[in-house]
Amino acid sequence: MKRTAFFALACVLLAAAVVVSCGQRDVNPMIEVSTPPHFPPMIYDLNKNPVTQAGFELGRALFYEGQLSRDGTVSCGFCHQQSAGFTHHGHDLSHGVDDRLGKRNALPIQNLAFYRDFMWDGGIHDLDLQPLAPIENPVEMDESMPNILEKLRKHPHYPRMFERAFGTPEITGERLLKALSQFMVTMISANSRYDQYLRGETQLTADELRGLQLFKQKGCDHCHSGGLFTDQTYRNNGLSLAFNQDVGRYEITLNEQDKYKFRVPSLRNVEVTRPYMHDGRFRNLEMVLDHYSEGMEDIPTLDPLFKRTDGKRGIPMTAEEKRLIIAFLKTLTDETFLHDKRFSEPE
Amino acid sequence: MKLHFRFLHIIFLSGFTILTACKNEVEPEFNPSARGRLLLEFDNVVGTRDLELNRGVYRNAAGEEFSVSQLQYYVSNIRLRKTDGSEYVVPQDSSYFLVQEHKPETHIIRLSVPQGDYAGVSFILGVDSLRSTMDISRRQGVLNPTDMSREEGMYWTWNSGYIFLRMEGTSPQIAPDPSGNRRFRYHIGGFGGGFGTPPVRTINNIKTITLSFGRDIAKVRNNSTPQMHIIGDVLKVFNGSTTISLAQNPTVMFSPFSVNVANNYANMFEYHHMHTIVGR
Repeated sequence: MKRTAFFALACVLLAAAVVVSCGQRDVNPMIEVSTPPHFPPMIYDLNKNPVTQAGFELGRALFYEGQLSRDGTVSCGFCHQQSAGFTHHGHDLSHGVDDRLGKRNALPIQNLAFYRDFMWDGGIHDLDLQPLAPIENPVEMDESMPNILEKLRKHPHYPRMFERAFGTPEITGERLLKALSQFMVTMISANSRYDQYLRGETQLTADELRGLQLFKQKGCDHCHSGGLFTDQTYRNNGLSLAFNQDVGRYEITLNEQDKYKFRVPSLRNVEVTRPYMHDGRFRNLEMVLDHYSEGMEDIPTLDPLFKRTDGKRGIPMTAEEKRLIIAFLKTLTDETFLHDKRFSEPE
Repeated sequence: MKLHFRFLHIIFLSGFTILTACKNEVEPEFNPSARGRLLLEFDNVVGTRDLELNRGVYRNAAGEEFSVSQLQYYVSNIRLRKTDGSEYVVPQDSSYFLVQEHKPETHIIRLSVPQGDYAGVSFILGVDSLRSTMDISRRQGVLNPTDMSREEGMYWTWNSGYIFLRMEGTSPQIAPDPSGNRRFRYHIGGFGGGFGTPPVRTINNIKTITLSFGRDIAKVRNNSTPQMHIIGDVLKVFNGSTTISLAQNPTVMFSPFSVNVANNYANMFEYHHMHTIVGR
């Protein structure tokens, strides 16, 4: 009799365990992050940080959390606004807490799972470690990680969200960073009209097609190459040093050859990420192309691609050619991505 | 019954053997497969004087007066050399320590090692390049970049990598900064990361320090814990192959000049003496 009771109890417990574990699986399903067909291979290792629904939601909440800054006012989303391709709309240089001004223009957050390193100077080589830089930068969020973790531990919702994402309510720096990465690696922009054209789903206009042809013919795609529209190198494109002597990549490598070099930025969503260049000196794409055709300064580390046989610098382009190239660049705007509710601030 | 007798016999004989062994050898017996403790004590000084944070006023070879407000450095990848020439390598995951002058409890590094006779130690002053690029899950304890206050931070967030040695202080010879402070800040790091293909390496300030215990032998036993007293001389950060002037270099961080500082501090450590603590 006793033995039967024990057996029954064991069965009940086992059944409960099965239900609970199945339940958990339902509560926190995996999110598949796949590589778009014409993209380079993914660099972020999803095996070390598999993306789950709860991890993604936590990452999203943290991305829009002002408590990640010293005075609670500046979240990641403050300078990385979705409608502006996750850049700081209209700001040449971004400002952080107390309106302190940074020295560089906020880069877009998109397709980061495919990048080898981050920032205009490439100083960070692991997406998980990337958020530490703006968090601790005095002119950005000006906060320390131990403080943030303390604030989140006392928060009414975060312990529960960490538990849903990672199994226990413990809030650690590693978990916070992994959750932010889970959010960021899902932010893939690969559904612009150009992508749809590549997939045979839509047609480009005659001007846009002519622009695409010129984009290749003029060699823009030499650096802005592949599905990401960047070869992920650091180059000097002849920006005048008159008002800004930022040495760029040199700060990271301490190699004289890298002075004044900056990341070749992606051109995806370039229409909405104005202003342009590492210091946001150009307000619109017309100014950018004018710089490429006749604005380049002769700086020792100027990229050889821009040195012409006639001793001049830059890429010769007529006004009409520029107009067409810009028409093509605008096909890289991904309205789906820019309005995807999954990436918007949680209500 | 017979079996019992034989068993007792064995016990008796082996007990006798142990007794004999103890009698014949001068040293207490130890079991090389058992573990004991060895302590490394880092005692920071300035020349012949003790380092007193904020209070002590010292003079470097450039003739400048200075005080130290903060000194901290990583000691990692510890290896112990035995008298027979073999080496015991402390398992890497538990071989990272941060010595902080203002926290006396960090001055003594407690190691669990096989019992034996040790003649010297080597360690990296800083953090090896492999660990510097590992996943965040492999950077626990003193290496956790999310567990550092700004004042004591040993990690560059903007240029992923650890600060190996951080020393700050003041000198009346330094020109005042906009807030009127005559401060110096030395944050030295650089693990020789590579960029491009083929990679061009950045500065590598990883220094391996090798110290001999001289005529001393650190005998790690069941009931004996040697504590090796190591002196770290702050003066040698400034005085060495390069005589460093604080007035000319009040701030040294990630820059080509930092190599001179690292080359100097590579010689700042010296084995001094040993205490033996009874027990573990």
